[in-house]
Amino acid sequence: MSTPKMARIGSPGRPAAFALAALLIVGAFAVNAFAPFVVVGIYTYFCVTLMMVLGLQMFMGNSGILNWTYIGFVGIGAYAASILSTAPALKSMGVPNMYPALVALQIPVVPALLIGGVVAAVIAAILAWPLMRLSDAVGVITLFAMLIVFHVIMTQWDNVTNGPRTFFGVQAFTTIWMATGAAVITLLGAYFFRESSLGLRLRASRDDRHAAKAMGINVVGVRYLTFVLSSFVAGVAGGLWAHYITSFSPKSFYVGEMFVLLTMLVIGGAGSISGATLGALLVTVMREGLRQLEGYLNNSGVINFEVYGLTELTMAVLLVTILIVRPAGIVGGQEFRFPRIGGKRKPAEAADSDES
Amino acid sequence: MIGSEFIINTLSLGSLYALIALGLVFVYGILKLVNFAYGEYLMVAGYTLYVLGTFTPIPWWLTMILAVALAAFVSYLTELIAFRPVRTKSLDAMLVTSFAVSVLLQNAALLFVSPRSRAVPFPPAFSESVTVFGATTPVRNILTIVTTVILLVALTLLMKYTVLGIAMRAAADKFTTTRLMGVPANLVISVAFILSGLLAGVVSIFWVGRSASVDPLIGFAPLLIAFIATVIGGMHSLQGAVVGGYVYGLLFNALSIMLPASLINYRDAFMFAIVILFLLLRPEGLIRGGYTEERVG
Repeated sequence: MSTPKMARIGSPGRPAAFALAALLIVGAFAVNAFAPFVVVGIYTYFCVTLMMVLGLQMFMGNSGILNWTYIGFVGIGAYAASILSTAPALKSMGVPNMYPALVALQIPVVPALLIGGVVAAVIAAILAWPLMRLSDAVGVITLFAMLIVFHVIMTQWDNVTNGPRTFFGVQAFTTIWMATGAAVITLLGAYFFRESSLGLRLRASRDDRHAAKAMGINVVGVRYLTFVLSSFVAGVAGGLWAHYITSFSPKSFYVGEMFVLLTMLVIGGAGSISGATLGALLVTVMREGLRQLEGYLNNSGVINFEVYGLTELTMAVLLVTILIVRPAGIVGGQEFRFPRIGGKRKPAEAADSDES
Repeated sequence: MIGSEFIINTLSLGSLYALIALGLVFVYGILKLVNFAYGEYLMVAGYTLYVLGTFTPIPWWLTMILAVALAAFVSYLTELIAFRPVRTKSLDAMLVTSFAVSVLLQNAALLFVSPRSRAVPFPPAFSESVTVFGATTPVRNILTIVTTVILLVALTLLMKYTVLGIAMRAAADKFTTTRLMGVPANLVISVAFILSGLLAGVVSIFWVGRSASVDPLIGFAPLLIAFIATVIGGMHSLQGAVVGGYVYGLLFNALSIMLPASLINYRDAFMFAIVILFLLLRPEGLIRGGYTEERVG
C-alpha cells in the first residue's frame, strides 16, 4: 500500500500536520466571521466528521485492517454521552422505557463526552483482544459481524437507546469552536501517534506482519492498544456529533454512515493524516454540493421523477475510480510534504497536481 | 406432523442458504475477496423479474432465465470494470472496491427505479401448497430443494470433470502455480464471477418469491447469510459453503423455535456472535480445506 521509501530521520510530515491544524483554526475564524449561518453549520459538521475519520485513520490507516466496527463505537459514545448529559425530565419523555437509574443521571456535557469516549474504549478493550489476532478476510468479516451485533443491540435495547426510534432532546452543545478544537487536537494527536514508537511498530506490522513479528514487535499487542485508542476517539467524536445533531437513531451508526467515513479515508489516502483530512474535506464539499443539486432537481420539477441516491452513487463511482487510478489515495501513504524551495529533491508529484 | 414440516422447511431454507453461500465462495476461493457486492447481483435479478414480468408479455420461465443471465452478466461486468484493475493492489483496496460497487448498484436502483419496494409477479403455481410426506408446504419450497440438488450435481460435475473446473480448483489452492501451468488468470476469475452471479440469480428467484417484492436493499440480508454460512462451513472449500448453508438453515429454524419471545429480536445478534466465536475458535470452519493464505497478485 505504502511506497517503500525510507523514512527520513526527523519528521518530514510535521510541517504538513501543523499547517493543517492552523488551517482548520483559520478556517473556523473565517467561516465564523464571513460565512452565512448554514456554512457555519457545515463547517462544524465537517470538523466532527474529520475527528471521526482521523480516529478511523489511527487504527485502519496504520494497521491496514478494515475496521467496520468503528462506527459502532461512534454510536456507543453518542448514546453514552447523550444519556449522561440530557435532563431527566426530557429523557423520561423521549425514552419512556429507560432504566430509572439511567434517567436520574445528569452531568455536564464535557465530562459526559469524555465518559462516552471511555465507555467506547472500555467496550473495545473487553472485546478486541481475540479479534486482533485475525487478519485479512477473516478479520474483516469478524469486525463486520461485530458491527451487526452492535446494531442489533442498539435497535433492540429500548431501555437504553429507545430502540429503533429516534433518541431526541440532546442539548445543542457542540459549537464551531468546540468542533474545531476537538478536530485540531485529534489531528495533532493522530499525527504524533503515527510518528510515535507505537505507531511505527503498528505500521511495520501493516507492511509485513511476519517480518514485524520477527523483529520482536508484539503485533497483536500494538493492534490492540491502537484499537482501544481509536475507539476512544470514536466515542468522543460520537458524543460531539450527538450534541450537534441533537436527535438520532441507530441507523446513523450502521453500514451507510460507515461508507461515508471509509470513502473519506480512502479517497484522501488512509496511510497519512494529510490524506485523511483532504479526503474528509473533499467528500464533505462534494456531498453538500450534490445534496443541493438533489434538492434543486426534486423541487424545480426539471425532471419528472424523484432523485434519490445521487449523492451515494457519485461517491461510489469516485471511490472506485480513485481505487483504480490511485489505490493509496490522493495523498498516498506518506504525509504531504511541502516542496523545498531551491532543494534538489523533486517534490512529491501528488502534492501539486491534486492540491487545489 | 410438525416433525416432517420442520424437516422440509429446514431443508428448503438450508438449500437456499447453501446456494447463497456457494456463490460467495466461488469468488472468495480464488481471489480471497469477500465480495460485498454479491447481494446486489441478486437484486439485479430481482429487478429484472419485476421489469420483464410487469411491462412485457414474456412468459415467466423466459423471464427467469433472463434474470439469471443478467445477474451473471452484471457480476462479470463488475469484475471487468471494478475488480480487475484493483486485483493486484492491497486486500483493503479490493474490499473497499467491492463495498463501493455494492453501494453503487444499490443507489442506481434507488435512483432509476424507486426507493419503494416493487411487487414482482410470479406464476400462482409457485405459492400453492402441496402435501409431501404429511407436511403441507408451498411448491416453492420443494422447487428450492430440487433446484439446489440439480445445481449441486451439475457444479460438482463441472468442477470435477472439466478442464475449466479443475483449473478453478487448482487456482483456489495455489493461484500462482496454476498460472505458471498456463491457466489464464483472467479467464478463471471471470468464470468464478459468472458462476457467482448465476447462483445469485437463481437464489433471487426463490428469495424474491418468498415476499413477491423487490427493493434496493434486498441484497443485504442474503449477503449476511452468505457470510454466516461460509464462516460456519469453512471459507476455503465449496463443500464447506454447502454444509454451512444447511447448518445455518437448521440453526436459524431451531433458534426461531427455541428462543423465548423476548429474545427473538436478538436472533441476528446471536447468529453473529456464533460467527465471531467460530472465527476465533475454529477459523477454518467445519470443513477444512487445504491451507491457503496466498493472495492473487
